Amino acid sequence: MTVVNDSDTPEQLEAFQARIDAGETIEPKDWMPAQYRKQLVRMISQHAHSEIVGMLPEGNWLTRAPSLRRKKILLAKIQDEGGHGLYLYCAAETLGVDRTELIDQLHAGKAKYSQIFNYPSLNWADIGVIGWLVDGAAIVNQTMLAKTSYGPYSRAMIRICKEENFHKKQGYELLAQMMEGTKDQQAMVQDAVNRWWWPSLMMFGPSDKDSPNSKVLLKWKVKRKTNDELRQRFINMTVPQANAIGVKLPDPDLQFDEKTKNWNFGEINWDEFWAVVKGHGPCNVERLEARRAAHDEGRWVREAAEAYAEKHSGIKKAA
Amino acid sequence: MSTNGSSQGPLWEVFTQEKSGAPHEHAGSVHAPDAELALQNARDVYSRRNEACSIWVVPSEFITATAPADQDAFFDPSNDKIYRFPQHYSTPRGVKDL
Amino acid sequence: MSYDLDQQTQTALFQYLLRLADDRLILGHRLSEWCGHGPILEEDIALSNFALDFIGQAEALLRLAGEVEDKGRSEDDLAYKRDWQDYHCCQLVERPKGDFGFTMARQFFFDAYDFPMWEALTTSSFEPLAAIASKSVKEAKYHLRHSGEWVLRLGDGTKESHDRIQTSVDSLWRYTGELFETDAVHDHLFSQGIAICLSGIEKEWKEIVLPHLTRATLTPPSEEGMVMVSGTRYGAHSEHLGHLLTEMQVLPRAFPDAKW
Repeated sequence: MTVVNDSDTPEQLEAFQARIDAGETIEPKDWMPAQYRKQLVRMISQHAHSEIVGMLPEGNWLTRAPSLRRKKILLAKIQDEGGHGLYLYCAAETLGVDRTELIDQLHAGKAKYSQIFNYPSLNWADIGVIGWLVDGAAIVNQTMLAKTSYGPYSRAMIRICKEENFHKKQGYELLAQMMEGTKDQQAMVQDAVNRWWWPSLMMFGPSDKDSPNSKVLLKWKVKRKTNDELRQRFINMTVPQANAIGVKLPDPDLQFDEKTKNWNFGEINWDEFWAVVKGHGPCNVERLEARRAAHDEGRWVREAAEAYAEKHSGIKKAA
Repeated sequence: MSTNGSSQGPLWEVFTQEKSGAPHEHAGSVHAPDAELALQNARDVYSRRNEACSIWVVPSEFITATAPADQDAFFDPSNDKIYRFPQHYSTPRGVKDL
Repeated sequence: MSYDLDQQTQTALFQYLLRLADDRLILGHRLSEWCGHGPILEEDIALSNFALDFIGQAEALLRLAGEVEDKGRSEDDLAYKRDWQDYHCCQLVERPKGDFGFTMARQFFFDAYDFPMWEALTTSSFEPLAAIASKSVKEAKYHLRHSGEWVLRLGDGTKESHDRIQTSVDSLWRYTGELFETDAVHDHLFSQGIAICLSGIEKEWKEIVLPHLTRATLTPPSEEGMVMVSGTRYGAHSEHLGHLLTEMQVLPRAFPDAKW
């Protein structure tokens, strides 16, 4: 991908790159290449949409959480995700787009979000696995993004990483407890891991050789590591955790390489990845329908609040 | 101006005070149609973990900020006023509590 | 843990704590149904906070109920392994969540009862209950402010919002009466200084609700010819409760030996 935009002069680009290379943080009002802005809006809004759509598979179990403690944890966690979506939309808004616009793009099917949320959550152990694997993968990615060169994105990420600390842990605890439980519970965990393992590896995105945006994002330090590096880090982290609770990861090719100290793994089904990204996953249609329905059914509420604010000059003072 | 409910409402900047006596610091932003809901939204979004004992909200449009181009003129002139700092001054040996 | 209570008080108190707990557990459940589906992202987060508060209160009350009963039942046993006949919530909280206006009108009616009730219970002679009240009253105060603000905005917003929430106010009104119903259980505990005076709460409720509805350009429906719902706390539940509990209790019921 070429990064030179008509309006960006080579001198500007060079000065910008010098700032990046010097480790400076880019703030909203600073000059930035049009392409940098565009890539950031794309990334941050995808990330925000992922948080919001990601509320749905977990929300599916809220009313069936099997203990009051688990119900509270799950509710707090999903609520956090709403908050994280909100922080991220705000970060995107610093780049001159409006949240309304971004949400419209999502609802029109023009924006992407993480493919992982297009898989169904079918048994209670899915809730644990989403925390352990899906949030686990997200944390690897987000820890890297906390050091991104764009200030508002970095600050949102720092806050999110801090809050997400418990998300992965609660999931793992839930699974560890189920693995110590009855045969039925153990079977639920294994079933959930079987279904979520490969999709969670896909969360890091296509392999570096097929990732068109990676090069420029690394150059601008929007990303600090490649997709494959992050994926490997996640796998290395996760295999011992799986062993510790006695759950089997569904990959016969998983093998520790003494030389590289990495866990080698089998071939990811990229056809499945691209199919889900393009809208053909098991739940793409339902997820978007649910988001659109919430938005449409909320329209009269937003209109009412707007009308009330106009009548009572709401922007001026608290009631 | 009406937007037929498609809008998320104006943007507000949120400042939270972590404990009494501490300064209010920028926490982030929220959307809200009016000041009261902006306060309530800020409470739910930025103090879920007991991070605040006081909240300010300000419509983002009312914030005036320096521009990156202002940097030289605004801030550089203060970086050579070394006499504003106590380390600039020497004290006769043995004198305390200055 | 066991408390030094006479038989009659122990039985009544167990019953009373279940009433308090069940209202909140079921309402928390209804509120949690909004999670991920709110009209505005910020409000989605607010509704989850409400749900968390109510489920947290229910948990504390059920734990205390289990201790008072002294048969070794935990808060989860009481939440997940009790049949609908043994639930003592009111029908106001059983109603399906409806639209956002319905949810907020219900919430406002409940909060206008909840806040003065917790406030009064902070002086309950049964100290563990007074302690729960001291914590809950702060939550309830905030809930009332939030739901009250939404009632204003929906009532005095657009014609559509006004009509919608007026319809909800009308349909919910007949479920508000039983919030203030008393019986022998309640009277006994009141005489012990444990429970509070419900007619006093009813008076406060009206003082909060009626002027606020007016401010929101809404009107309470005429009670003439209206049959107020009654007796739910003693087992006359609506059909909705069974569905709700079937869903909520599915895992502990299906796998009775499992720990979660």
